Amino acid sequence: MTSVAKADVITVPAGHERSAWTNWPLHSVTAFLFLFLAIFFLVPLLSVITTAFMQKGSNTFTLLNFYDFFQNDLFRRSLQNSLYASFMAVVCASLFAIPLAYITTRFEFKGAVLIQTLGVLPLIMPPFAGAIAMQLLFGRTGTVNLLLDDWFGINIPFMEGLNGVILVQSVHYFPFILLNLVASLRNIDRSMEEAAQNLGCRGLRLFRRIIFPLAMPGYIAGASLVFIKVFDDLATPLLLNVQDMLAPQAYLRITSMGIADPMGYVIAVVLIVFSVASLWASTLVTKGKDYSTVQRGGGGLAKRQMTTFDTIIAYAIVLFILTLVLAPHVGLLLLSFATVWSFAPLPDGYTIEHYRVVFSESSQLITNTLLYATIAGLIGVTVGTAIAYLSQRTKAVGRRTLDYIAMAPLAVPGVVLGIGYLRTFYNIQLPSGTSLAAFWVMLGIALGIRRLPYAMRACSAALQQVSVSLEEAAENVGVGKPKAIRRIVVPLMAGGIVAGFVTSFATAAVELSATMMLVQSTENAPLSYGLYVFMQSPAGRGPGAALGVIAVIIVGVCAYLSHVYLERRNSAQPH
Amino acid sequence: MAESSLDALKREAVEISISNVNVSYGAYHALKNVNLEIKPGEFFAFLGPSGCGKTTLLRLIAGFNTAQTGSIVIGGRNVLPLAPWKRDVGMVFQSYALWPHMTVWKNVAFGLEERRLSAEERTQRAEDALKLVGLEKLGNRKPSQLSGGQQQRVALARTIAVRPSVLLLDEPLSNLDASLRVQVRRDILAMQRRLGLTTIFVTHDQEEANTVCDRIAVMNEGVVQQVGTPMELYDNPANLFVGRFLGTANTLSGEIRANGSERVFQLAGGEILPASKHETPGPAKLFFRPQNANLVAKNEAVSGSDLRLMARVSRREFLGSSIRYGLKAGEEDIFIDVPHVGKRNDCLADDIVAVQISLSDVSIFR
Repeated sequence: MTSVAKADVITVPAGHERSAWTNWPLHSVTAFLFLFLAIFFLVPLLSVITTAFMQKGSNTFTLLNFYDFFQNDLFRRSLQNSLYASFMAVVCASLFAIPLAYITTRFEFKGAVLIQTLGVLPLIMPPFAGAIAMQLLFGRTGTVNLLLDDWFGINIPFMEGLNGVILVQSVHYFPFILLNLVASLRNIDRSMEEAAQNLGCRGLRLFRRIIFPLAMPGYIAGASLVFIKVFDDLATPLLLNVQDMLAPQAYLRITSMGIADPMGYVIAVVLIVFSVASLWASTLVTKGKDYSTVQRGGGGLAKRQMTTFDTIIAYAIVLFILTLVLAPHVGLLLLSFATVWSFAPLPDGYTIEHYRVVFSESSQLITNTLLYATIAGLIGVTVGTAIAYLSQRTKAVGRRTLDYIAMAPLAVPGVVLGIGYLRTFYNIQLPSGTSLAAFWVMLGIALGIRRLPYAMRACSAALQQVSVSLEEAAENVGVGKPKAIRRIVVPLMAGGIVAGFVTSFATAAVELSATMMLVQSTENAPLSYGLYVFMQSPAGRGPGAALGVIAVIIVGVCAYLSHVYLERRNSAQPH
Repeated sequence: MAESSLDALKREAVEISISNVNVSYGAYHALKNVNLEIKPGEFFAFLGPSGCGKTTLLRLIAGFNTAQTGSIVIGGRNVLPLAPWKRDVGMVFQSYALWPHMTVWKNVAFGLEERRLSAEERTQRAEDALKLVGLEKLGNRKPSQLSGGQQQRVALARTIAVRPSVLLLDEPLSNLDASLRVQVRRDILAMQRRLGLTTIFVTHDQEEANTVCDRIAVMNEGVVQQVGTPMELYDNPANLFVGRFLGTANTLSGEIRANGSERVFQLAGGEILPASKHETPGPAKLFFRPQNANLVAKNEAVSGSDLRLMARVSRREFLGSSIRYGLKAGEEDIFIDVPHVGKRNDCLADDIVAVQISLSDVSIFR
């Protein structure tokens, strides 16, 4: 009883905690972040949405634009095509991913390293880079069909119209499903399966009733990601000359009719609606189904030894998928060294001329890319770290809202953000006389905003690993808040920050949705845009492919260096 | 609870006979020639430190490991060649392994569905099993909405519902709070007695095994060291490992010496005790429990058959019902427990005392 009485006596003196309203440094940081996100994300986004609902040339509200959209055959078909291609890409990607995930998690399989390597491919090469190479390999007069025609007299339309988009996208994006599915299969505690066996369950029923439901959240997460990526992608359909899809239509409309035409904005809104809807649907389906924390052990399913027959089958599957996945990479490499390559299974001859052309005439593209990607990465990690800190460690007013806003670019396609920037900043003149929307810094900022959700997630996860007491200990010995953050918190978060920076940098380096909307002159163009322009003409394919190879090398080197850095860091830390 | 509902879950108890079982993983020999006879309806424990092979043996019975040699006969049927789903043994996992995507009710009914029972019988048995563990009201909850103790009872109910021939419990108390453990182990024992189910309980905690089990197999490094009732093991350990594992103990170094055909054990301090004729000469240890020794004044007379050691008091801990003295006997540390029964002279640090132990209470081990 005495101890209780004692506890009652201890009261918190008034004003002990600095009131949230008088903490000016905190507020100025919060206000600055709000301002930044408002100018470079919310205003452009809202301008797109409001324009879609406004009568052309006036400011009156109307739904007529949407009526026109659905009356137009081309737009209706584009919407259908986009939905169809996205859905089929998810189906095809699942066909690649599920057997691979099953093989790695279910069997003792030596080729598992190969499968893991597949996981990084979409990071190091965007689908549009390999699209032309895929055409040369799988197109009507491509390598595969030429051979098929020689041997069997048949021709398979792999790359005709939407088929091409579906094939290229699913080959590039299936690792998103693979990685998520493998992770959730690995998270299944082995005893989940054993308990079912112990009660008499096995085989397909075991899979259907226990394993599949437990792995489903991971699969859905990956599948919805693939769906959105394909739905929003602009450059791949354009390079494959498929124009009747939604994102290409938005681009073509704005570039041909000008930024005053409302239909481009309507398409942008439709893109947002479907992106948000598919994200929402995936969270709805997986709601309350994050089982990884409920299960205790983890360690994945019981692995079986493979018989020789199993091993042969497994290698056959893995090698088949690997060949398909590497086809665009190999094709791109061949193309970059080819003298002439058409109507032949392989190029006629080889040369390094294309690389010389790229380096002598277009080295500006490479430096631009490095510059923009660096800006994007820095914006991603600084804004990401700041918001992560505010929402996890402070009581700043509006920190939750900031967090939501920073995650929102996930659901905003690049082409929409690009249109928004044009709409918002086009009429603002710089002292030099050019439009603010054409100013190269804006491209870096737009890319930074697009990468922000991913960078912030990495920073946020890193911050969660840093115990609050480490920061408190620094303050306890008399170090002020800003210095404690700079000297203690940020260094301890370095692993996550570097990871966030590198993935932002790498993906920004090969982005081509917002970029295509915002690049006004070739001297400001990054590598991905140059690649796109080169690829438009048959003569430019060689240099274009060389640029693509350079892009893959830049991104690959970044990914490798950060991997090495993180490995070294992890092994240096005591466990 | 109505007796009728118990009948639905009851079946005749069977015996388990484990013979010549060897399990190896590559070069690692996890179980070495294990032989055990477990009687029908017995509550039997596999006790040992982590890595001793107790869980390996349990999982072997359930079918999740493979043995290189031997047989495990349950109720007259060798189960080793059978797949886990054909063995009809109920296992409760250490992690409980409740399926998070199913409700409590679905979890419990799962095994019954697999057995293609009629809907009526399924409902009846699932209800009975949940009633047996006192969770009949929580059928609609998801496992994540339950406390650790409730989850464990669901896991028990799920296993009991299929009416297995034997019940295997893999460290069932290890994930529970200390305050819950005593109650839960009593509940498990009461349930086992009502069902009369042959049960194997795996644990590393000797107190758990002692309090609930009829007999215990103490294991170490893949070998069954000794089988017996808790009291037999405590009082007559077969070797130093069993003796130490079952409770606190003192050991003193010494040597067995030949004296003609006789054998004696001589402590490092010079004291000599008679030893069995079958012992071969060499270093050995004297073993006794702290409560079996007495403290006497150093000049008090000693009966001839007792061992007497001179020691200095180095520590004294008052434990309420007893006082534990830390003593230095020569170079070695021992401690003895003296019951505290009211006002009595007690020794202080640095006192020189005599420790007296009846020869019937000491053992000599290699």
